[in-house]
Formats: sequence, structure tokens, C-alpha cells
Amino acid sequence: MRDILEEAIKGHNTDYVEVRVEETRSTHVAYRGRELEEIGEASDLGGCVRAIYRGGQGFVSFNSLSDLRERAAEAARYARVVGGEKTVLAPVPVVNEVVPAVVKKDPRLVPLRSKKEILDRYLDTIWRTPGVSSATISYADSYKRKVFASSEGSYVEQSRLDVTVRLSVLARDGGDVQQAALSLGSNGDFGLVENLDRDVEELARKAVALLKAPRIQGREYTVILDPVLAGVFIHEAFGHLSEADHVYEQPALREIMTLGKTFGTPLLNVVDGGAIPGLRGSYEYDDEGVAATRTYLLREGVLVGRLHSRETAGKMGERPTGNGRAIGYRFPPIVRMTNTIIEPGKLSLEELLAGVKEGVYVKNWHGGMTSLEMFTFSSGEAYMLRNGRVGELIRPVVLSGNLFSTLKNIDAVGNDLDVNQGGGCGKGGQFPLPVSNGSPHIRIQKCLVSGA
Amino acid sequence: MLEQLLERARREADEAEVFWIEGVETPVAFEANRLKLVESKETSGVALRIIKGGRTGFSSTTDLRDVERLVQQALETIPFGPKAYASLPGVQESPLVKVYDEAVEHFPIEKMAHLGQSLLDSLHQRWAQVTWDGQVAKSVMTVRILNTRGLDVSYRKTVFSVAFEGTLIKDTDMLFVWEGDSSCRPIEELSGIRKGLEEQLELGQRVVAAPEGQVPVVFTQRGILGALLYPLLTGFNGHSVALGASPLIGKLGQRLFDPRLSLWDDPTMEMIAGSRAFDDEGTPTERVCLVDEGVAGTFLFDLQTAGQVGAKNTGSAHRTLGSLPSPGASVILMKQGNVPYGDLISGLKKALVVERVLGAGQGNVMGGEFSGNVLLGYRVEDGRIIGRVKDTMISGNVYKVLSSLLALTKESRWVGGYFCGPALCTDAVSISSKGKGS
Repeated sequence: MRDILEEAIKGHNTDYVEVRVEETRSTHVAYRGRELEEIGEASDLGGCVRAIYRGGQGFVSFNSLSDLRERAAEAARYARVVGGEKTVLAPVPVVNEVVPAVVKKDPRLVPLRSKKEILDRYLDTIWRTPGVSSATISYADSYKRKVFASSEGSYVEQSRLDVTVRLSVLARDGGDVQQAALSLGSNGDFGLVENLDRDVEELARKAVALLKAPRIQGREYTVILDPVLAGVFIHEAFGHLSEADHVYEQPALREIMTLGKTFGTPLLNVVDGGAIPGLRGSYEYDDEGVAATRTYLLREGVLVGRLHSRETAGKMGERPTGNGRAIGYRFPPIVRMTNTIIEPGKLSLEELLAGVKEGVYVKNWHGGMTSLEMFTFSSGEAYMLRNGRVGELIRPVVLSGNLFSTLKNIDAVGNDLDVNQGGGCGKGGQFPLPVSNGSPHIRIQKCLVSGA
Repeated sequence: MLEQLLERARREADEAEVFWIEGVETPVAFEANRLKLVESKETSGVALRIIKGGRTGFSSTTDLRDVERLVQQALETIPFGPKAYASLPGVQESPLVKVYDEAVEHFPIEKMAHLGQSLLDSLHQRWAQVTWDGQVAKSVMTVRILNTRGLDVSYRKTVFSVAFEGTLIKDTDMLFVWEGDSSCRPIEELSGIRKGLEEQLELGQRVVAAPEGQVPVVFTQRGILGALLYPLLTGFNGHSVALGASPLIGKLGQRLFDPRLSLWDDPTMEMIAGSRAFDDEGTPTERVCLVDEGVAGTFLFDLQTAGQVGAKNTGSAHRTLGSLPSPGASVILMKQGNVPYGDLISGLKKALVVERVLGAGQGNVMGGEFSGNVLLGYRVEDGRIIGRVKDTMISGNVYKVLSSLLALTKESRWVGGYFCGPALCTDAVSISSKGKGS
């Protein structure tokens, strides 16, 4: 394989060429209602070539691996249509590595029948709960082997085993439908899926309880976010803004995101990195063959770093961070997050609660989006807070706001770091990319909340 | 090869279907006001569905060296496979729907690059502080479906699309404007896109406070697509019905909406990106009436969901290579009203115009609820748009919104080759904004 790839990308008269080949075998099982809706296996083989010539990029992806050399020539041809400036790629060491998958419990060794039996058990638990009107369960595992070779001489083979499960329960009362969901994921461990009986039972109960929960009046509140939702918040609200491709050719945004500027309270320390081990966003090398790192974005509220591809690092004169990721061979790598974490502070949850006269406690994640300045994300569960205590269950809420003011309104950070691995991030049409988000409980003053 | 695969599957199963897709997509992308990337994405793959003893088996691959394994893999899933509620469709007459134009297939990349660059250059001249990103793209794809009931259908479709977004940053205020178009024919006239972008920039220049209290909300066509259609169509989706989750179950034939509202899914429109003569299982498509003068009409079904609830298959199956089909909408048409857009706005004392919503597909979509941050929206004061609002959220229920319409506009517009209809005005949306409350 190596010889073929290296031969294919030689001598195309461009500044840079890289080839990636990926082979994936996956299994998925999905239930809808009481029915098994899908069970199947899929294999996917494909590759791509990216060429860069005088700053312009040409990218070709394909399923058939014959004529790799001709594909590379095509990518080079496109790059020449585009190129007119100067190619700037931050220099990185030439690497030669083979990285095996991290495997704890291998789902490939678990028969399809056993996978189905586990999910059947959860489905039974859900339907045993009075008031449930429907449910969906989707499970997937995939084993992917990626090969990367560049005209600079780097060659990396990496394998990865991804496991995800998502359960969602619907409860209905006439036209009123409520939903509770749980998303989990793991880098290499089927064990994740095996012992969820109690979580599933509680999930079903929650969906039913929501039907009787009151709706909140939309306005500003003091909110406490649980680790799951706080992780989504930092991913959506700050993580995306730290991706240098949003910034590097936007002079006004570069100005806003000047390193050394204060963005939050001194309580806030935020780090992202593929080199943080054992999580779904962990890897050794990104899809540009750059070693993963651990990058502080905020230290004591001050902007100290951002996430880079080779191009953004080169153009901004900063160090590459190994965040050039592609969801698969159909896409060129772009700047992406990996494992994004708010580091724990000193306070317990009780201490966070103590200061709140009236507010909202929001838990779990339902979704989130950002347009750089504005963010919006929805909770899976919400409770009123009154006089330092968690009060009644209310309907899930949507939190929304302006990033810059919200970061300054974080006035307390808990000591109970927890990492959520069920997330899939979307950007530029590339979805879902395995990432993880982590945080302790955090408290935000004056956050705009609306009923979902 | 596909015939052989079908033959091999036929020997092992009661029924079999081979789904083949092959295509090339060629986007020419612009970043920060200039040409950045030319891509060519080639896809080919085959999926096999078999039915044996009343159960469904499935497998797919893009590795065409490996077709032999498909039958084996699909057979392995049969013992656990979902129950098959219907037989595969046989040979039926399908409508003639033109979705192919050779001119797209042969449209030169250099010309696509030039089209985009000319648009950006002219925009840049007038709006030097705005950063523009976008793409001009073309795609060609072929779908072929064969099954053991003698069905063997195929079509070739071309799509040409143009989309550009501008970002204007002042201090920490960010204004995003977006415009796009798609067609089965080449799009060479970009003045409409330019006009749309400039209009948004002009209206959005000034930032004003959101209107207070319960005021009418105008959803432009893009606002309807972004906030309302998804929760509404979730209720009409055959899956939601098979699940027992749609709030519309048992309510077809009832007047649930304003009598001015009529809505269709029509995949038979010629040269529209979402159109096709038959769906992804080979069932002929048809114009399906979802809402007829306020009365709920029909759900959208594919083979499986129609069989499950004993309804007529509406030819609404969509699929990606790696999964079994599921029902969905193709081209949504909404009947226009009789109020010119200009008159609608000038007749409003206080109102909010919603163009784009961020994060609207979250929350209780099945119940028809929507909620999101207004990414681009304007405040109306005494019949005039006075500026753009910020830090504003809207929420409501699409069933309530569409049953208490104040107006539907006379003008119909296409958005994204997927939705065509009027703008609408309603008083059933709640607005919350920053700076109010505790």
C-alpha cells in the first residue's frame, strides 16, 4: 500500500500533495417504537487526494482505488485553477507511524445476536414504564483504518474503534408529546453499552414526568449547568470561535480574538486536545499527519491559544496544534475540536446552589448551535431553583445568548469534572465527528432562557 | 454486475432489491472573498435488501471488489431483521419528470470559478468590510433500482447550486447574510442572489431593540423553511405515524389549520433539485396534498411505514447508501395568499420579521414546537422595517401558528430548490429578548 500511495503523489508539480485511504466496517442496530427497524453491516472503502498549488487547493475523492496517480493529477489540475498566491503551511516533522486502535472490549467479537439482546432488554424496560408512547434506540460500532501519505514524506496508518448508543423515549398525552434522550459514546469499549439498565429506567420515567411539568416564562435567569450541558456550552460557544479557520482571514474577528485578551472570569480554564487520552476525540495524528497536542484556549479567563490546521497556523504565524480533521475520505481536513474541557474549580454543587434565590438548573443535552457570536443550546431536563435548592421539574428549556457577555457572567465553577462522550460535532457539512466535552457544574448569571 | 447480484440474492431469499447510486459532485469554493478550493467527489455504491420468511435483511458497500459478500452479510441479519410489512413494488407506470440537463454535466470548472468570483468582486466593491464565503457547485448522479418483482428503473439527475454568505463584524456585533439557489439547469444569472444579499445588508445595518410584548411575527420564506417546516413535516412523516407519535394521528380530514393554508409535497415538478419520477424504492412519485384549505390531508409514506399502518404508499422513500429507506418530503409547495408583501409590512404597527433562526430544530419537534435564536430578523415600527434585532429568541407551536394566520403574501418564492411559498404573518409566537426580566 505504502509504495502505491507514495508513487501516486510524486511529481505533480505542485507545492504539496497528500493522499488518504480509509476502510471502514460498521454494524448498526436501530429500533423505532416497538419494532426493530434496522440491523445491518456496511463496508466502505474510499480515498482522496488533496493538492495545494500557490495557496489554491484541489481535492478529489473516490471509491475506486485504481488510477490513484490519475486522481492525484486531477487534484493538482484543480489546484492550479485556484492557485494565485503563496502556499503557506506551518512546517511539521516528517513522521512514520503505525497506530493501532485502542481496544478495551471489542464490539467486533460480540455476535450480532448478543448486541440485539442487550438492546431488546432496554427496549423492554422502556415499554414497561407506564405512559411511554414511543421510543427509538440506535446503536453503531465502526472500525476504521486510515492511511495517510504526503509529498513531504510522512506516512501514518491509524485505526480506530468507535461505539455509540442513543436512546430516546417519547411520552404523549393527547397532542402533547415530550421526549427524554441519552447519548453515549466510547473510543474502543463495547462495555459502555452493557450496563445501562438503571439509566434506561430513569430515562423512561423522566419522559413521562415531563408531561406534567410546567413551562417556564421566557426571560433572563441565573442558571446552573450540569457537566454535560456545560461541556456542550463551552464546545458551542467558545470552542467554535477558537477554531482558527473562522478567524484567520477575518481581520475584525482576529482583532476580537487577540491572544492575551480577557474573555471570562479568572475562574475559567479551558483546554482542547486530541492528546488528552482515552476519549472519543482522542488520536495520535490528525488528518494532515500532524501530532495531536493539548492546547489551552483560556487560562484564568485570558485567551492564550487557538486550534489550528497547518494552513491557519502558517498564516497566523502560530504553532500547529494537530486539529486538522476530516470526517471521512469525502472531505478535506478542516480545523475541528477534539476533547474540549472546562477545568474544575473548587466549589461543590451545594456551594454553587447556595447563592441562587431564583434560577434554573439545566441538565443534559438535547442540541446546540452557534453562529460565532450567538449560541443556542437546549437542555434535556430542567428544574427551578429556589433559595439555594433544586425545586420542581419544568419543561426542557433553550438557553441562548451572546458568547462574550455570557463568559463574563460565569461566576462559579464546580469541582466535579465529568466528560460526555455522546456528542457528534457538525461543521462545514461534516457531521457527526467524534468529539467529547467535559466540565464541572458551572453557574451563569443573567442567561436568556426560553421554553422549548 | 447488479443483475448478477440480484440473481444470487434471488436464490437465497423470497424477495430482493438492489439499489445502486453513482455520482460526482463538483463544488468550487470561495473563502474570504476569493477562490479557495475546487473539489470533485465521486461516489459509487450498492445496497442490497432481501426479504425472507417475512423478515428484512440489509447490507451495503462502496467497495465494489466486495459485492460477493453482500448477499452473505444481508443473510446474516435476517434472523434479527425487522419484519417486512409489504412486498417490494412491481413494475408501475411513473410520471415523466425531467431532472437532467447535459449543460450542467459539461459546465466548465473555470466558468464556475469565474461566475462566483464576478459576484464576489461586484459585492466587494460596494461592501468592502464584508467577508464573503460561498460556493458554486454542480452534481450529476445516477440511481438504479432493481428487484425480484421485475422492477428495473433508473434516472440521471443534475443539480447546479449557488450559495453565498457574507459576514460583517463591527466590534463584537456580527451580521450574517445568506442567499442561495439551486436548479437542475445551470444558474448563470446571479443578480437575484446579489440583490438578496444586498437587501439583507441594508436592512441589517442598524441594530435596534426587539419589539416588546406580544406582537405579530412575519416569517419570510426562508424563515418558514428554517423554523416551521421541520416540526410540521415531522408530524406528517409516515415514521411518526408508524411510531404512534404524530399529533396528527386520527385527525386527517379535520380542519386543523387556517382555511387559507394549503400545502403539497410535489416531487414531480420539472427541473427542481428535489424532484424525481420515482422514489428510492422505485415507487412512482406523485403530488401529495398535505393540507387542503386548512384540512389535514395525507401522511408521507414509504413501503414499510405504509404497510405497517395499512395506508397507501405515497412514493416518499428517501435513503442513503448505508441504511434502509425511510419516508420524507421532497419538494414542499405552499399556496400563496393575497396580500402583497409591501402592504403586509406597511400595515403592521409593531412586528418582528424572521429571516433566519439558529437552532430551531431542537426541543419538542414531534409536538410541533420550535424555539430558536433569531440569527437575522428585523423590527417593524409603524409600517416600516427600522433595523435588525439581536439577542432575541422566538418560540411557539407550528400547529398554533398555522391555525392563527394573520396573512399570507401574494408573492411566492423558492428557497433552496426544496420549498416554494409565500411569507406568512402570525400572532402566535412568543418573543423573549435580552435585557428583560430578572
